Amino acid sequence: MFKSDRTFFLRPQDMIGIAVLAFLLIVILPLTLDNFRLQFVGKYLTYAFVALGLVLCWGYAGILSLGQGVFFGLGGYCMAMFLKLESSSVEATKIQTTPGIPDFMDWNQITELPYMWQPFNSLTLTLIAVILVPALFAFIVGFAMFKRRVGGVYFAIITQALAAIMTILIIGQQGYTGGINGITDLRTLNGWDIRTDSAKTILYFVCVALLIACILIAYFVKSSKLGRILVAMRDKEDRVRFSGYDVANFKVFVFCLAASLSAIGGAMFTLQVGFMSPSFVGIVPSIEMVIYAAVGGRLSILGAIYGTLLVNWAKTSFSESFPELWLFGLGGLFIAVVLIFPNGIAGLWQTYIAPRLGPLFGGTAARRASPPATPPASPPPSAAAPAAAE
Amino acid sequence: MFADYSLAELGSIFVMQGFAGLILFSVFVLMALGLAIIFGQMGVINMAHGEFMILGAYVTYFTSQFFLNYLPGLFGAYFFLAMILAFFAAGALGMAVEWLMIRRLYKRPLDTLLATWGLSLILQQLYRSVFGPREVGVELPNWMMGSISVTDTIEVQINGLFVMGLTIVITVAVALLMYKSAWGKQVRAVVQNRVMAGAVGIDTEKVDRYTFGLGCGIAGVAGSAFTMIGSTGPTSGQLYIVDTFLVVVFGGAQSLLGTIASAFTISQAQSTMEFFLSGSMAKVLTLLGVVIILMLRPQGLFVIKVRR
Repeated sequence: MFKSDRTFFLRPQDMIGIAVLAFLLIVILPLTLDNFRLQFVGKYLTYAFVALGLVLCWGYAGILSLGQGVFFGLGGYCMAMFLKLESSSVEATKIQTTPGIPDFMDWNQITELPYMWQPFNSLTLTLIAVILVPALFAFIVGFAMFKRRVGGVYFAIITQALAAIMTILIIGQQGYTGGINGITDLRTLNGWDIRTDSAKTILYFVCVALLIACILIAYFVKSSKLGRILVAMRDKEDRVRFSGYDVANFKVFVFCLAASLSAIGGAMFTLQVGFMSPSFVGIVPSIEMVIYAAVGGRLSILGAIYGTLLVNWAKTSFSESFPELWLFGLGGLFIAVVLIFPNGIAGLWQTYIAPRLGPLFGGTAARRASPPATPPASPPPSAAAPAAAE
Repeated sequence: MFADYSLAELGSIFVMQGFAGLILFSVFVLMALGLAIIFGQMGVINMAHGEFMILGAYVTYFTSQFFLNYLPGLFGAYFFLAMILAFFAAGALGMAVEWLMIRRLYKRPLDTLLATWGLSLILQQLYRSVFGPREVGVELPNWMMGSISVTDTIEVQINGLFVMGLTIVITVAVALLMYKSAWGKQVRAVVQNRVMAGAVGIDTEKVDRYTFGLGCGIAGVAGSAFTMIGSTGPTSGQLYIVDTFLVVVFGGAQSLLGTIASAFTISQAQSTMEFFLSGSMAKVLTLLGVVIILMLRPQGLFVIKVRR
């Protein structure tokens, strides 16, 4: 199908990178970690979907969204609504005043299933909704704002406000959303119990497979003509506009794509963790998701995955032993990643490690050290900083 | 909804609700003033603004404790000293932050946003470790307690009135400083055309540092005023930061008048709706309204032309 690697969307070093990541996630981690830890990794990987979206949206297109938690939450809530309806069958809830509706609705004196819950009786519709609802929402927000050339910090602030609105709305409308507790007590997916250890292991592998599929999509977008336009737009928006491109449409597209990716992560989160709550939607989680992408390297698709795993691993181990130190660590990370290594782990890799690997792997790694598409490779990160961030 | 109330009672409710809105308005204006100076004049997003405010609140709390223990005779006047101390404490911290961090990031506004968010996390944890996680409240001096009865059914609290008066004084002072003083002229020159301002001999770096310090100092004073009407905890600052940013953006980033007008609109809308709907829905509708208006009119209510 693809005769030479020049027309194929993956360069050889990208293929090696993806293979290494896949090997790590599919073979090494399941063999070395016990079930409990592996489920943690599975949870972290759902955030990696968001980080992946942010690399495309923020790193490549220069649109910083501080509201990715909203999309993560929308995806997660869509999935949770389906699972909740399934576990609230008439037999299972016969002690309620109104059997057959979720328990929190019964507690809030709601006597029939609200309109917006109806489609979630069907798994097919739910899966479509997981992708489309966040994309539609992103389309409305993106279309309204990018057409009016709102960008940069204004966009960041407004998406942040959306995250705040969403949280307040979910907490306030307890009868329809489960309020601050979220949607809990999820049991089965089409009759398949998702709470057992074996189910969780299967879900982990499903999550890894989906993530790798999404990584391939991201690489495809990045190396396509669209990806080049995105980078051009980030660096000199007016010039792209004067060349005859409708800049807003490209931005809307990449924002919707990032939203859908986050939503897939959210849906996988609900399946693996077994609940969804507003604490994954608001301002704080949304901005934390940005740090995953920033630590991994905002221009590196694979870096985002490693960044997510690393930050979350640090968070878990810090919170276990020194809970009061974690915020210092996270705050310091925000500052360090901006001031000291703006290209994250991927930048450090390209500057210090990849050149040394060159002799070992011949041409591949040497080419990785100076790729044309992932900008600052050879100069030290501090010198490359302004160029990368503009 | 209205059937249970007589006409006079209904009138009083609106007045009282309006008064509550005015107190909210004062807090918004005080917080937004500092932010408007930093964001509007320098284009820097300071996510740690709420924490600068809380620093002012803690300074006020400790000053009140000091007066209570060592100078009980002068307790009635502690607030004025506390306000000045809060201004200088927050301002000094602001200048240090500008020197260490912000000045390296002027060309990267989105990165400033992330870095100041990191700063806000660190400050929050610092307050929690040093001052403890519990919320603290100051003891008000006698003359600030109680309320004035305007009519039989309408009462206004004295501390609320005091905060409003303070807001007016600070707003006027900032306006004079920005529009009448030589220093304000320099700041505005730097905003309008940084390169030319540098060329005519204005030390733009120094102007930046003092502008940032001033914005943070005003946040400190806002925190000081905040203790009059609420208690202070390590994370109190974060509750207001999104609202305040919306106030500033909604008003038009470079315009002080716009900031005041938008603070008034948002606070009144919120407190009036709070009476008819639940608090959370009032907040949702207000924020949503602001976001939708901003989508239609991204430049905000009031605009001045700026050469970038």
